Amino acid sequence: MGRVLPFSTQDGAARDVDSGVLLDVDDVTLQYKTDDRLVTATYKVDFQVHRGDRFVLLGPSGCGKSSLLKAVAGFIKPVEGAIRLNGEPVRGPGPDRMVVFQEFDQLLPWKTVFQNVLFPLRARGVPAKEAAERARDYIAKVGLDRFRDSYPHTLSGGMKQRVAIARAMATEPEILLMDEPFAALDALTRRRMQEELLQLWDDVRFTMLFVTHSIEEAIIVGNRILVLSPHPGQVKAELNAHAFGHEKSEGFAALENRIHTMLFADQPTAPVKTTRAARP
Amino acid sequence: MTSHQNRLVPQIRPEFEREVLEAGVIGDISRPLSPWERLAGNTLARRVLILVLLGAAWQGYAVWSQNPLMFPTLSETLATLWTSLVDGNLLERCLTSLRVLLVGYAIGIVAAAVLTMLAVTTRFGNDLLSTLTSMFNPLPAIALLPLALLWFGLGEGSITFVLVHAVLWPMALNTHSGFMGVSETQRMAGQNYGLKGLRYVMLILVPAALPSILTGLKIGWAFAWRTLIAAELVFGVSSGSGGIGWFIYENRNQLEIPSVFAGLLMVIIIGLLVESVIFRTLEINTVRKWGMQR
Ligand SMILES: Nc1ncnc2c1ncn2[C@@H]1O[C@H](COP(=O)(O)OP(=O)(O)O)[C@@H](O)[C@H]1O
Ligand SMILES: [Mg+2]
Repeated sequence: MGRVLPFSTQDGAARDVDSGVLLDVDDVTLQYKTDDRLVTATYKVDFQVHRGDRFVLLGPSGCGKSSLLKAVAGFIKPVEGAIRLNGEPVRGPGPDRMVVFQEFDQLLPWKTVFQNVLFPLRARGVPAKEAAERARDYIAKVGLDRFRDSYPHTLSGGMKQRVAIARAMATEPEILLMDEPFAALDALTRRRMQEELLQLWDDVRFTMLFVTHSIEEAIIVGNRILVLSPHPGQVKAELNAHAFGHEKSEGFAALENRIHTMLFADQPTAPVKTTRAARP
Repeated sequence: MTSHQNRLVPQIRPEFEREVLEAGVIGDISRPLSPWERLAGNTLARRVLILVLLGAAWQGYAVWSQNPLMFPTLSETLATLWTSLVDGNLLERCLTSLRVLLVGYAIGIVAAAVLTMLAVTTRFGNDLLSTLTSMFNPLPAIALLPLALLWFGLGEGSITFVLVHAVLWPMALNTHSGFMGVSETQRMAGQNYGLKGLRYVMLILVPAALPSILTGLKIGWAFAWRTLIAAELVFGVSSGSGGIGWFIYENRNQLEIPSVFAGLLMVIIIGLLVESVIFRTLEINTVRKWGMQR
C-alpha cells in the first residue's frame, strides 16, 4: 500500500512498529450507567485496524458502534478490555484521533471555515504559518476554497461535513474516526461525499475508522468490514470489501446479501431488499 | 360499500422535459438591496420611528391635559433637560451615577464569572451556585440597603454592595444555564482538540454560551441601573454630590416637575443608548454574525 501519513512531530525518526497494526481494540466491553439501569453497549469486541485501512464498523442502530468510536476517541472508558494506539493505551481524547461526528453542529459557529480548520492545529501548537498553509490546503482538498471565510451557519449540510473532514484531516491524525458522517445528508450528496472521501484517501492515504449502519455504504467506503450483532454489540464477522467501489457488480450484490442475512439471521426473514436503485 | 366505484385514482399525465434558462437570463439571482429595502430592514430606523410616535403621544396628551405641574409637555421637558445638562449639574450627576454603577457592575460580573467557573468545573461549585442563586436571586437588592448601610456606612461602599448583589445572581444564573446548554457534540469537539481546564472553558464553553452570557449581562445591567436609582432616591445625598436619583428626588421636593421629568428622561436615554448601541453592537458582531441568534 502507498504512503501513510507520518504523525509524530516530536521525534522525526519513525519508531519501529513491527506489524502494520495501528489500532488494537482488545475485548472491549462498554457499559453506560444511568440513574436506574446499567446498559451494556458492546460485549468483548475485538478488532485490529492496520495502517492505511478504511475500516468500517457496521451494525444495526443501537448496537454500540458510536460507543466503540467514542471509546477509541477517548470519551468513554471500557469497563473491560483495552484500546491501544501504536501500542500505547488510549487515556483520553486527543488530536491524534480526530473525530468527524454525524451532527452538523460539530463546527464551532463563532469561527469561519478557515478558522475552524485552523483552530485545532493552533491548539496543538503547529506554528502559525504552517498551520495556515495546511488549513488552506485541506480546505482546497475538500473543494471549499470559495467558502473559506464563510461562517458555518451559511453552509449546507454537505459543506459542513466537508469542513469537518478537512478540519480532522488537517491535523494529520494517526487515525480518522468518522461516526456516520453522511447519514444526515440527502442521497445524492451522500454518494458524492463517499466518492470524494475515497478520492481523498487515494491522494493522502490515511487510516480511518468509519461507522455506518448502511450495508451499501460499508461496502463502498471500506476495505475491511467488522459486522456487529444487534444490541449488545458483539463481533459477528470481519469481511473484505477492498474489491468494491461504487460500481454495481455481481460480487457487490453477493456481499450485500451475505451481510444482510448475517445481520437479520435471527429474525423471520423478509426477502432481501436491494437498496440500490438500478443503474446502468 | 360503494368505495370501489369512487376509489381515488390519480390521472396519468404526459411526461415532459425542458431546457432550463441560463442563470444570466433570469436577472436578479443575488443583488444589493435598494435604499428603501435597507431602511425597512434597519432596526434602528424602525425603533427611532417608535420613539417618535411615543414622543408625539406624550406631547399630545400633555397639551390636551393642560396640567404642567403634573404632566409637563415633551418640549418643556426637553428644554429643561437641555438647560440642566448645559447650565445645571445633571451631567455631573449622571457621571457620578455611572461611575458607581460601573464599579458595581464590574465587580458583579467578575464574581459571577468566578462562581460559574467553579460551578462548571466542580460538583461542589455547582451545588454552591444553585443553592446561592435560589437563596439570593429572589431577594430584592434594595432590601439589603439598610443592612449595607450598617456594614459599610453612608457612602458609595453600601451602594456598590447592593449593586453587586443586583448583578451577580442573574448574571451567574444565565451564564451557568448557558454553559449547561452547550451541545454534547461541541463539547466533544473541543476535548478532541486536546483542550483542557481553563483553555477549554474560555475557548469552547464561553463562546458557545455567549447568547446566554449576553442575556445575563443585559439583565444584570438593567437590575443594576434600577437598583442604583432606587438607592439614590432613598440615600443618594450620602454619596458625595449625589447621583441622578438624588437629582430627581431633590427636584420633586422643590416641585420642579419638568426637572423631575428631565431626570427620568435622562435615565431612559442612558438605558436606551446602552441597550441599542453597546449591547446591540456586541450582539451584531458576535452571536448574530455567527448565526447563534436571530
Ligand atoms: N449516554 C448514554 N446513556 C445510556 N445509554 C446509552 C448512552 N449512549 C448510548 N447508550 C446505549 O448504548 C447502546 C449503544 O448505543 P450507540 O453506541 O449509540 O449505538 P449505535 O451508534 O450503534 O446506534 C444503545 O442501547 C443505547 O441506548
Ligand atoms: Mg450511532
